[in-house]
Amino acid sequence: MKMRIPILKLKETLIVSIQVELDDQTALQFQEDLLNELHKTSARGVVIDLTPIDFIDSFIAKVLGDVIHMTSLMGAKVVITGIQPSVAITLIELGIRLENVITALDLENRLEKLTRELEA
Amino acid sequence: MEHRSSIDINTEWDIVAARQLGRNEAKSTGFGTVDQARITTAISELARTIYLYAGKGRIEIQSITVGQRVGLVIIASDEGPGIADLQKVMTDGYTTSGGLGAGMPGVKRLMDDFRIETEVGVGTTITATKWLH
Repeated sequence: MKMRIPILKLKETLIVSIQVELDDQTALQFQEDLLNELHKTSARGVVIDLTPIDFIDSFIAKVLGDVIHMTSLMGAKVVITGIQPSVAITLIELGIRLENVITALDLENRLEKLTRELEA
Repeated sequence: MEHRSSIDINTEWDIVAARQLGRNEAKSTGFGTVDQARITTAISELARTIYLYAGKGRIEIQSITVGQRVGLVIIASDEGPGIADLQKVMTDGYTTSGGLGAGMPGVKRLMDDFRIETEVGVGTTITATKWLH
């Protein structure tokens, strides 16, 4: 039942699009896969696109928050894109603040900015 | 008019099954996307609480009509250890499982009505309702 989330590499950035409803094991596997991929490729940026996701519970929020902190420990930047209104509303009502997280409305817009920042 | 369905929580996968059931029930009751997300999230938190603290239990989802009002009731019940300090459990950030401590106070904010009945050594039943506006 456990799925693997594909991680793509574009220049110095890893791109992840989460297309499936995350169960706990898939989320934890993703955390490990992403950190391994960062280590292997020495990528400096990560974009996680959540466009297809329609809800995030406290467990998934914790895993995402951890991924962001772990990634910055490894010297890379994470950007979250495509948070839907329903996700934003439920996260705040749950009392979850994803602090120090760079977010953007869509992938295209953010990828350009991130590429420029990394080139600078 | 009443409609009810339920799912037993025994494994981590049942958490996924419970929230899928909840999303479908919310949709067919007529809730919009944001309320569907609230209900799905609340069920996910309740099912995980059962799995983490009681080991097993049950989530029941019921659509109800009271006068002119239509709503969805979630009943999460288990025969687990019960909650000794309700006040702590309802405090943001309090956790004994390494989580965010957002679950219970979060469910209360996501839903319209929220009630906990618990007895140490006997079990816990949480009833949460969302009304269709």
